Amino acid sequence: MEPWIDMIQIFKQTNFDFLGKKWYFIGLSWLLILAGIVSVFYRALDGDPNTTPFNMGVDFSGGTLATVKFRESPDLGKLREALASQKIDPTGISLQPVSDRIGQAPANEVLVRLPNLVHIEQQAGQSATAAQSKEGADIGKQKILAGLAAFNDPSTQGKVDLNTNGVDDLREALKSRAGLESQKAGDVAQRIVDYREKSSNGLIRNLSEVKNLSGVDPQIGDAIDKNFFAGFASVKSVEAVSPQVGADLRNRAVYVTIVACIGMLIFIAFRFKSWGFGIGAIIAVFHDVLVTLGIFSIMHWELNLTVIAALLTLVGYSMNDTIVIFDRIREMLRSRRRETLEKLSNDAINQTLSRTVITSGLTFLTVCAMLAFGGEVLKSFSWCLFIGIIIGTYSSIYIASPFMLLWEGWRGSKRKATVSAPLSSEETVSTATPATAGGVTTQMLAAAGVSTKPRKKGR
Amino acid sequence: MNRNLRTRSIIIAIITALCLIIMFGPWHRTGKSAGDFFKPSKLKENLSENIKLGLDLRGGTHLVMQVQADDAIKAITDGNVLKVDSELKKLNIPFTAVKSPSNGVVVVETPDASKQSEIRDKMLPYFGGDTEWNVSTSSNPASVTFSLNSAAADRTRREATEQAKTIIEQRINQFGVTEPTVQLHGREEDHQILVQMPGIDDPERVKKLIQGQSKLEIRAVAGFGQKFATKAEAEATLAGAADKEVLPYNEKRGDGGADTGFYVVEKVPVITGADLRNARGVQSQQGFGYEVAFDLKPTGSEKFGTWTGNNVGNYLAVVLNDEIKSVAVVRSRIDDSGRIEGNFTRQQSEDLGLVLKSGALPAKIVYLEERTVGPSLGADSIRQGMVSLVVGLGLVILFMLFYYRFSGLNAVIALALNLIILLAGLAAFGATLTLPGIAGVILLIGMAVDSNVLIFERIREELHAGKIVRSAVDTGFDKALVTIIDTHVTTIVSAAFLYAFGTGPIKGFAVTLTIGLLANLFTAVYVSRTMFIWELNRGGRRAETISI
Repeated sequence: MEPWIDMIQIFKQTNFDFLGKKWYFIGLSWLLILAGIVSVFYRALDGDPNTTPFNMGVDFSGGTLATVKFRESPDLGKLREALASQKIDPTGISLQPVSDRIGQAPANEVLVRLPNLVHIEQQAGQSATAAQSKEGADIGKQKILAGLAAFNDPSTQGKVDLNTNGVDDLREALKSRAGLESQKAGDVAQRIVDYREKSSNGLIRNLSEVKNLSGVDPQIGDAIDKNFFAGFASVKSVEAVSPQVGADLRNRAVYVTIVACIGMLIFIAFRFKSWGFGIGAIIAVFHDVLVTLGIFSIMHWELNLTVIAALLTLVGYSMNDTIVIFDRIREMLRSRRRETLEKLSNDAINQTLSRTVITSGLTFLTVCAMLAFGGEVLKSFSWCLFIGIIIGTYSSIYIASPFMLLWEGWRGSKRKATVSAPLSSEETVSTATPATAGGVTTQMLAAAGVSTKPRKKGR
Repeated sequence: MNRNLRTRSIIIAIITALCLIIMFGPWHRTGKSAGDFFKPSKLKENLSENIKLGLDLRGGTHLVMQVQADDAIKAITDGNVLKVDSELKKLNIPFTAVKSPSNGVVVVETPDASKQSEIRDKMLPYFGGDTEWNVSTSSNPASVTFSLNSAAADRTRREATEQAKTIIEQRINQFGVTEPTVQLHGREEDHQILVQMPGIDDPERVKKLIQGQSKLEIRAVAGFGQKFATKAEAEATLAGAADKEVLPYNEKRGDGGADTGFYVVEKVPVITGADLRNARGVQSQQGFGYEVAFDLKPTGSEKFGTWTGNNVGNYLAVVLNDEIKSVAVVRSRIDDSGRIEGNFTRQQSEDLGLVLKSGALPAKIVYLEERTVGPSLGADSIRQGMVSLVVGLGLVILFMLFYYRFSGLNAVIALALNLIILLAGLAAFGATLTLPGIAGVILLIGMAVDSNVLIFERIREELHAGKIVRSAVDTGFDKALVTIIDTHVTTIVSAAFLYAFGTGPIKGFAVTLTIGLLANLFTAVYVSRTMFIWELNRGGRRAETISI
């Protein structure tokens, strides 16, 4: 009676020999890591300041990142010139048009990236983060605004731009130029800005839009015509970071990643009562981080704080996969003592294959949803996870287990001479199991201190 | 078994109801009505109020500024230099120069070496005694050096930063923004302050507000309060006096016009904004117009009392950002409270009071970090995040139902409950939901389902091994539990590191992930189990098959 045969199954009892071919895959990993390292050095040493090893976000390198919205598709060359005229080194300016989303009006937005323009004064003995700035971090934004003025019609000289001023400045301008009294001026200014931000997607295209707003009487409309204009561009959002902050965040990112990994190593070694498992897991995690960073270098995706968050999530996720396999190995160690660790590991991987593929697949699907629909801000984050999940799953099979085996094998062979494993009362008495060539028996593990006794629990 | 099932169901029902109430309750509303609990539109409002959104979703400004704390020390040093200079002259002690070669150091050079000890003893009180300043003498040329000791210097810097933070906080609070954040940032020696203003996407406005009227002083007016029409006339009377300067005068009259002119005032202020304790606009004692009444702190009242006692009949000027706002005559000694008369209107007196009360920033501030998210961008981000969430969720649900059939429904219900508990947790703890936080929720879906996959695969294995259904389910849960706990703990550990290291948006991610994982421990194990128990006991007979 097998009423459950109609289960839908991807993997029925599989028996792939994963670990047999492990050296090929370890070799593949080395290749990937090498490719990443080559990319880093190539970009760093080619003498071209435009290509940096990593595409560091402003979070780490300092500088300015602004989203500038234009009335119509802008001439990037002209924009670059306009910015360069503000005494910014043109090779440091990066302009990237924002891709249009399907089914929506063209955004006409450009991501403007400026290098760090702030000079800092670092006194002897002072850390980089406590150094004093000569200018504010917003110097980049001021220069962008000044440069954007070049796009406006010369006839607008002397008038106030409705697109680049905030409520307070507009209110003051309405008071002084249009003669409005304070309360009314404030009200009109607020309406204009609300319209600009909430209804017009950040840019007013035409003065007539503003004159039609409720609360704007005809004579105010006239005054607006005379004294204001709708600029060609507006700055929708800004991220400006001073070099001290960049240095601080860089240090913290590295520090935390390393500490997190060490923390995991200790946790796993403790849980599985053997360094081998911990080492295997940690090497897998380091491998994941290195390969992912390498690919980021090759593809030149932006490296910012959210990517570091993704990286740390990845570390946790890769650990998950590895732990599932190790848990299974540990469970099998209790019942199948005579077999080599390698065989047990292989079987464990096969048994958990179904779960591994399904979970990775499902998480992968959610990441794909993020990549497709998540927008610009989450792009780098999504890519990091996209690669990370693939690499993480792969490493749990082909990096964690083999290195764990290597370590245990090394430990086991060191202890070979002194094997006299105490048999637990639940084992049948047998002669000492011969160690298979290159393999590790559970006896050896017991001698090495790995707990293989079954848990004395009910059920 | 039935009683067990009933207990479990009740517990789950209670927890679900509790979470829904936390999420949709009108906790932030001041005047509640019954409709707040039931009407769908109101419920939606409540939900958006209960869950705090980060700046990247709500739009707003994030500023990190550094207090140039060394300026505070420079100000003290310069003040002391001028003080020593004038006092030595008054006491007729010969000296060649008083200078400050570096911050926190004052050197008095004298041609007469025998006067060194006299200089030291007479001047030390002006430095506040020897607790903060060290004195040393040297010869060739004979000089006395006063230097600020490092403990005092650190303390001054720290106090300058805290004072700046308090003042900025007051100014920001007057802005009327919902839940602004003003706090010290980074390590102590960084002297950084963080300001976050949700909903305000115009950083220039914030910066102006913070800068405010930053330099407030009360200075002595030279001569007999004589006002000059032009700067040149005023400067002519200076006659090279180094301790006086000419400042413009601009006082608004009640009729909308303004009095202007120039005055000669002393450079060193009698008291500064830091000495003020309180100030407010009050009705004039004469019955017409308004005045500004102010109170001084003890340090200030001592200085002010001494000065006004010696200067009855002289004039003093209220100077704001090097512009004289008001000139008044000293009628009698003022110790700790006084009034500024100036024929103000009520609005003017209140404004001036506010200005005086917010004090003066003790040092310049420089902006280190500026991030703004416009509300349109914030709304965009929310929408994109939600769409990815729904799509991801949809895909996962489809797969689970297809692959695990009825047990897949089990997993879906557990997942739904997981999300409800997560949202309730966010609302209850006042945690902030950020864009990475939404990404965390999306990730969480994959990981939550993982727990169910572990359990279901295990159950399938046990079924294949020949166990009967009930036993297979039990064993499946037991064996999977260990792995589930292990994986959850490791991810929570990495989330803890993220929280410790991360800035705002990343902290949001870590918190969302952690709450979600904890909720998952509950739903994947307890709730799923309950549903299996129910399924196996359906219709009162023991089931022989399950759909998995």
